[in-house]
This record gives sequence, C-alpha cells and structure tokens, in this order.
Amino acid sequence: MSDPKLTLSGISKSFPGVRALNNVSLELYPGEVTALIGENGAGKSTLVKVLTGIYQPDEGDIRIGGQQVHFANPHAASGHRITAIHQETVLFDELSVAENIFLGHAPRTRFRTIDWQKMHADARTILNEIGAGHLHPETPLKQLGIASKHLVAVARAMSIDAEIVIMDEPTAALSHKEIEDLFELVNLLKAQGKAILFISHKFDEIFAIADRYTVFRDGEMVGHGELKDTNQSDLVRMMVGRSVEQVFPKREVSIGEPVLEVNALGYATEFADVSFTLRQGEILGFYGLVGAGRSEVMQALFGISRPDAGAIMLDGKPLSPRSPADAIEAGIVYVPEERGKQGVVVDLPIFQNISLPSMDKTSRNGFLRLAKEFALARQFSERLDLRAASLSQHAGTLSGGNQQKVVIAKWLATQPRVIILDEPTKGIDIGSKAAVHEFMGELVAEGLSVIMVSSELPEIMGMSDRIAVMREGRLISIEENSDQLNAETLVRLAADIKADAA
Amino acid sequence: MSEEARTTRSIPDRLDGRLKSAVLSWPSLLLAVAVGVFILNSFASPYFLSAWSLSDATFNFTEKALIALAMALLIISGEIDLSVAAIIALASTMMGLALQFGVDTPGLVLIGIGTGLLCGMFNGALVTGLGLPSIVVTIGTMSFFRGISFIVLGDQAFKGYPADFAFFGQGYVWWVISFEFTFFLFCAVLFYFLLHRTTFGRQIFVIGNNPTTARFSGVRVERVKFILFCLTGLMSGLAAVALTSRLASTRPSIAMGWELEVVTIVVLGGVSILGGAGSIQGVVIAAFIMGMVTFGLGLLNVPGIVMSIFIGALLIAVIALPILFRMIRERRA
Repeated sequence: MSDPKLTLSGISKSFPGVRALNNVSLELYPGEVTALIGENGAGKSTLVKVLTGIYQPDEGDIRIGGQQVHFANPHAASGHRITAIHQETVLFDELSVAENIFLGHAPRTRFRTIDWQKMHADARTILNEIGAGHLHPETPLKQLGIASKHLVAVARAMSIDAEIVIMDEPTAALSHKEIEDLFELVNLLKAQGKAILFISHKFDEIFAIADRYTVFRDGEMVGHGELKDTNQSDLVRMMVGRSVEQVFPKREVSIGEPVLEVNALGYATEFADVSFTLRQGEILGFYGLVGAGRSEVMQALFGISRPDAGAIMLDGKPLSPRSPADAIEAGIVYVPEERGKQGVVVDLPIFQNISLPSMDKTSRNGFLRLAKEFALARQFSERLDLRAASLSQHAGTLSGGNQQKVVIAKWLATQPRVIILDEPTKGIDIGSKAAVHEFMGELVAEGLSVIMVSSELPEIMGMSDRIAVMREGRLISIEENSDQLNAETLVRLAADIKADAA
Repeated sequence: MSEEARTTRSIPDRLDGRLKSAVLSWPSLLLAVAVGVFILNSFASPYFLSAWSLSDATFNFTEKALIALAMALLIISGEIDLSVAAIIALASTMMGLALQFGVDTPGLVLIGIGTGLLCGMFNGALVTGLGLPSIVVTIGTMSFFRGISFIVLGDQAFKGYPADFAFFGQGYVWWVISFEFTFFLFCAVLFYFLLHRTTFGRQIFVIGNNPTTARFSGVRVERVKFILFCLTGLMSGLAAVALTSRLASTRPSIAMGWELEVVTIVVLGGVSILGGAGSIQGVVIAAFIMGMVTFGLGLLNVPGIVMSIFIGALLIAVIALPILFRMIRERRA
C-alpha cells in the first residue's frame, strides 16, 4: 500500500452556534477513489470547503505528500493542485469551453495577451484525452447540458494538472448513461494516479466506483476503511447511528379527523402522483434525499407553483391556491428552507416581519396601528422565547435560530390550520433546535396539523407520527412511526437500496 | 437549557427613543441643507427674500415634485418609471387634440389625467404581466409615448386653451399661495399617509427589500407594483394638466428630460435606488432644495447648463457626505 497523497488530521471547524467538524481525519491515496458518506449536515460540504480553501479550519493540519500545507484562499488550494467538481458546476455560462478550462491560467503570447490559438489547441487536446472530443472549445458553456459541463470541469482539473480531485455529488443531475460515462472518466483519472474524493448518497454508485470509504456523522468521523471489507448495511448503520443526547419532546396527542387530503398531485417534471392525508393533531414527516421533490410538493400546496394534475382538499373542501396569499387565507402556511431569502426580510424590524401576514388584523381600514403590531409581535416572540434586544431590531441581526423563530411567530400569528416546516432546524444551534421541536409539540397539542420536511433522521424519527418517504418525485411509502421502524429502512427506501443478505 | 431560558423574557419595543432616531435621520440632514441653501440664497440675491419671489420659486419644481411623490413609492418597491416626462407630453398632446374638438375645461382635465393613468397601466401591465424589467420597458415607452406626440404635432403647437383652464397652473388660492403649490402640499400629505401609515405602504417596503419573502408572506407583489405604475402615470397626468395650464400651450418637446430631474429629487430625498428604503418627508424637502437652488442660480443669471452642473454636484455631495463622515469616524476609531 502506497503512502496517502493527502492527509487531514484533527480538523475542527465551528460556526456561531454549530460545530460543523469535530476532530475529523481523512486520507486520500493516489490512484484510488475514496467515498465520503454521511447524512445531510454531517459535515461533508464543510470538509470540501476546507479542502478547497474556502474555509480555514480552526484546528488540525493538512498534509500533501507529507508536507504540511495551509490554504489561505481557494487560489492557494488550486496552487497545490486540488480541484473540485460540484453538484452544480461552478463554471461560467457566458464563457466558452476553452475559456472555462483555462480560466486563471490561460496561455499567454509574448505581449501578455491571451494566446487564443494555443488555448483552443490545448483545450482540444485535453478534451480528446478525456474522451470528450465531441465538445468544441469555442462553444459557449450555456449551450451544454449538465453532463457536458462536468466534462468541462474534469478537463479543467486536467489542465491545472490536479493531483487531488474532489467530486461532490457529481451524479445528482445525470442520466444513467451519463453516469456510466462519468465513471469511465473517473477510472481514467485513477489510472493516471490521481487521488479522488467521491461524495454521493447513492450506495450502488459508491460500490461501483470507490475503493475506500470514510463515514461522517454530526461533524465527526465515525468509520473508514476499504469497501471490500464492508457492506451496505454496515455503512447505513454507521451513517445513522442515533446520537443519544438528543431528546425529542414528542407529546401524546389524540389524532383526529383528516384535515388536508392530497390526491395524485403532479407538477411538470418535479413530482407526480403524490397522495397523502394529514389529520388533525398529526405531525407528518417527509423524508428523502435532497432533490427528491419534497420541497416542490410543499410549495405547490402553498400556491407558489400550480400543480398540473391532482387535487387538494382542506377540511373537505377543494382548494387550488393560485398564490401564497390564497393558501394563507385558507389556513396553510409554509416555513421555507431558505430562511434568509424567503423567510425573513433581513433589513426590516422584527415586529414588521411578524405582523406582515396579519396586517389585516392589526390595521383598521388599511391604516397601520403600531401598538397592535407590537402587541402581536410580543405575544408570539415571547411564546417562542425569542432572544432579541428589542422588537425594532432588524431581523438580519439575529442568529439563524432566532430568525427561524421570527418566521414561525409570523405564521402562528395568522392562526393557521396546517403549518408546513421545510428543514426547520437546518443550520441552527442546538438550543434553538430544541425550542423549535418543543414548539411543534405544543402546536399539535392545540389541534394544528404539521408537515415537517427534514433530511435529518433523528429529527424525522423523533418528531413524526407517520413518515412519508419520497424518491425522485414520487411518494414511495408512508410508514407508521412505531418502535418497529428503524432508520435503515428509511434510508433504504429513500436511496432505493435493496435489502441485502449481510 | 439553562434556568434562565425557561422564564419568559419581555422584549422592549425599541431601544432608541423616537426623538433620537428622528434627529439622526436623513430628512433632518436634508432640512439642514435646505436651511443652508435658503440662507445662502438670501445673501446672494437681494431679490430672493420677497414673498412673490419665493412664490415664483415654487413653480420651478411643483410639477416635477408631484411626479416624484409617486416615483418615490415606485423606486422603493424596486421598480422605476423613466417614461414620466413622455407621459406628460402625450397627456398634454391629447388635451390639445381634445381642445380642437371644443372640449371644455373639466373635459380637458379628465383627458389629461386619464391619458396619464392609461400610460401607467400600460407600463404596469408590461412589467408585471410579462415580467419585463421596468427600466427597459419604460425606456421603450419613453420613446413610444413622446413619438406619438411628435406624430400628432410635428413642429406645430396647440394653443388657445380656455381662460378658466389657466387656473391650474397660474391661479392663486390666497395672496401669493398658488393653486399648484397648495395642490402639491395636499398630495404630499396624502402620499405620506399612504407610504408610512397604511398596510399598502408597508407592503411597498417589504417588496423593495425582498420580493420573494413578500410573496412567500402572502403579499400580492404584482398587484402592488401594478397599482404603483398606475399611480405614477396618474401623477404624471396631473403634472401634465398643471404644466400645460401654466405654459398655455403644448409642444411635443414639453417637459423634455424631466424624468432624470424627478429621479434626482427622489434619490436626493434619501430613497434607495436599489429599493426598500426612503421617506416622503425626504422627497418633499429634496424638492424644495432643488427648487431653491435652481431659482437662486436663476436670480444670479447663471445659465441652464451651468445649473445642471450645480445640481449634479449637489446630488453627489449630499449622497457622499454621510459615507465620508463614517469613513473618517472609522479611521479615527
């Protein structure tokens, strides 16, 4: 066995309120593919950003070929011949294929201008080498599909003579045939002795292409080794191993009549044939991989997109919201995943954020009554234990967790029937997480119905009465959340892993 | 969780007193500038400090300021209308055309306002219905509206407006107080309440800050923007009535280049050109400053071209000053 090309040891990285990486290590070997496995939020993306110089670790060291290195910025990382190919490639649509390949290190003429002839010729050579001869160096990138863009990204990696190639969910948007082509390319890179880090949620791909694995959970490294010594079940177990300290305040609530009935809902290519029933006092969890279509379904219920098939019934009456305003009036509200972009207005005061959808109640004949707005905002922010200096503080000055409380307070003030929470605790600190969870329990106890989209298994299993699993735009199954249900079953359903004998 | 977290904590409404935030606000700074300009003017020209001079000074800016009130709302919502001067031209042309058919004064006023409103609806429909960027749409309609005026009028002019029509642009309500100026103050109060005291006004701010969150919070974004375009068209129609009445004639080049002066008033008034912030108080004071500066320079026989240099310099200075102060303070700290 050769020496590792890249060694990370003792890497830690914290953000305000969150410890994203805790003393993790990783080794990449030349001519081998190492798969990085973990749930969403396990710290994979943070690690990639540390490796590409976007984040600087708080502790720990990075060694390349035994030499300790330090990446002050992304340029330094690429100087050490590390390159990353992302799920959505970070390339420039308006530039040509050749320009994208040679951006930042274009061949120059004697007069320091770009040597276009040489650049196009070199691009041609590299594209041929990687079996992408069908791409023309002068084609604008925006005319290419996602698979071809990956090829350009790989060509870019070759052009800087990268020794370490990181592939962050490269297959997420590819067809079956395109994935096979990509794997051929990975094998080519392997044959050239490159060290490859391959991040994917799909176990069949990992077993098809990788030699080694490293498993992350909650920002810690929980296992590593050679793939031939393990099987899918072991990996899944390592991935989901329930952390013991998390306690979920699930209350006993008597579940009542159906409130929301969704029948064969479908929208363009996003999702199809989605049917479920949400009952009073119930928390219905939605689990699935990123891109499984869960948020898209929720946004259709909230009137953001208009489904082209199926029907929605609320309290037995048909509902077809044409806008969020219609949905809110009917009693359906949505706490979006993109808190800063869709949830709060960062440059407006807290009280104005909270009163926004309830202004009909706080105003008289269209005229604002600030005292009523403050009263409403205080009532709900105190109920959620919001931590703020004053209600006139801009929402953007709050921490992520407290911003989320503002969004939830905003919706509670409308007295909804159904509240949809999309990744409600993503990127927020433990304390706020617990507050949000506890609050969900209070809500259902008061007779509300909750839909919770989450990619975190402990959260889904800790809070839900039933769990709907989605995969590739379809609702695969709805499971009763009983003691018999285990995390592995959910992961298998979500990722389409057949039960194996091991 | 700690013990403290379990007890409900009371969050105050505000930390700073209202007085303190009012003193430090943009309109207060502008007011100081306005007083400064007033004092300079009275030293610069002996004719400035007379009631009739001051009254004449108001005519310089009231029509533009009328449009600026609506334009402020539009810019706060994140849109802009550069066709306002062309709307004046078209509305004035339509009034002149109607005059040829013997329409009386009330009819002329209705046609002027109606044309403005229709032009605003046209802009609004293109922007909100088709999702086109307003800057492009209104540069297009700017040429389109004024083009129609040129086709109708050629190098001619409409004249011979009835005597009672002159009141809107030349009449006085009491002593030196003109009808135009009174009407502007009345509109300013209305717009103040609309923007700062109603739910509609709050929605304008929310949209300008974050249109996605606004939509996700149940604000009917397109509807609000459409109304704002209509309102801007309507105010341009009103300005057309006042201006046509004051000049007692219509030429296709009427109000040429006013769109930029209107935008200048709005931006000088502290409205963020990126949307989301601003106040009617600021816009009103900015209109006064613009009016006094141009009138004062006029009394000193400064030619129009030089005047535009002053206004450009004033705009840059007023906007740069607070930033410069902050930089100096940070360097000392």
